[in-house]
Amino acid sequence: MKNKILQKTVYVLISVFAFALLLNSCKSGAKEAEEDTVEIATIDEDILQDVNEAKKIFYSLPSPLESAMLIKSAGAEFNENLLNPTENTTRYTTNKQMALNLGIYTCNLSFASLYDQTQLVIDYMSAAKEMADGLGILDAISEETINRLEENVNNREVILDIVSETFLSSNSYLQDNQQPAIASIVLVGGWIEGLYIATQLVDMDDFDSDKLVGRIIDQKLSVGIMLDLLKDNNEHPSIPSIVEQMEGLKVIFDKINIKTTDIKPEIDEETNVTILKSTVETDMTPETFLELAGKVEEIRSSYVN
Amino acid sequence: MKRIVQISLIATLLFAFNAFNANAQCKGFAKKICRAELGPYTHDGNYHAAILVEGEEAELYKTFYSDQEYRLAICGSENLPAIEFKVMDANKNILYSNAEDDFSRTWDFKLESSQQLKLLIKVTTFEQLSDDPANGCVAIMFGFKTD
Repeated sequence: MKNKILQKTVYVLISVFAFALLLNSCKSGAKEAEEDTVEIATIDEDILQDVNEAKKIFYSLPSPLESAMLIKSAGAEFNENLLNPTENTTRYTTNKQMALNLGIYTCNLSFASLYDQTQLVIDYMSAAKEMADGLGILDAISEETINRLEENVNNREVILDIVSETFLSSNSYLQDNQQPAIASIVLVGGWIEGLYIATQLVDMDDFDSDKLVGRIIDQKLSVGIMLDLLKDNNEHPSIPSIVEQMEGLKVIFDKINIKTTDIKPEIDEETNVTILKSTVETDMTPETFLELAGKVEEIRSSYVN
Repeated sequence: MKRIVQISLIATLLFAFNAFNANAQCKGFAKKICRAELGPYTHDGNYHAAILVEGEEAELYKTFYSDQEYRLAICGSENLPAIEFKVMDANKNILYSNAEDDFSRTWDFKLESSQQLKLLIKVTTFEQLSDDPANGCVAIMFGFKTD
């Protein structure tokens, strides 16, 4: 009996070790890939080419902080009523709900920070902390972070630095702990929240000259990146339903045309900043906008309720 | 049999520690070293970092918005040779290559219209070839001006 238990233990340990080896080869395996390449080269040149082409690819969505910054820079007014109330935190019990709402609350937090809404900054940092804690993200938002925030509540620069650092800590923790799917869900939550706030703030009486409309059209450029990011993590049970929602959104974005001229880089010698010069033409109608705003509201509502 | 169990357990723990340690180092490098390269620009909070070896390439796709000022920082850990990066538009035209800028770690830019751009990152190789190529963390970070 003892021997059988011992044997089982050995099998389990060997399996764990083999699985860990497999994980390692997938994660940082360029070195291993190079060694593999030498062996494969003698077998099949096509396979060799595939191995060489298997490079690390990052899909970068606008972070919640960037989404909030884009709304502010378009000249939009702050509206607290558009944020997800912090009292809603108790509703979120699954990892999917907590991940989506970590992104949503971080976007709300960023929005409040950029508009100097001091009390809301503290409230939304606490709400984001609850979501991060629920996901088991250790120390991304510690009590020390909250205290630092309270001490610098009138210093926007420090607040933005804290917001960016806590988001970095959360998503690096998820990436490093083999939870890239959860990290991608957090980004989707933040992106949808930014899009929701922007669509709600558009002034329909001033549709043609509202800068927010341009920012919303720009999001078409990120839809493909988001779908690629999600599909990279499609094996996670929470991802397919989100992909379906995003594909519904893409159908509406596809009704918008964006035509840009070739980009000509020019360096500003004084500031050493490169200006990427080009012009753009877009054609979103108010009807398409309303359809898009309705879809975004529907998706956002499914995340916060 | 007990000995096999002990050896397997130690090997598993050592491996897990090694992987955890490499990730933790990469995270620390990105947060402490590369983030500082953004200087006065506000970091967007996104984390893009991986362990790469000499000669290895990576790609990144991101949308950049009109009238925003950005700083891109791409940093490799000390033991790696220079990191080369190119920024390309949707038609694969090269907009910037740091190889023509003394392998600068940062690039400041601004767009007149929003664009999806592609970054191609390559760890160059040391002149002296080795049986054990160098590997280390490469981090990619974006900052923007808030006012």
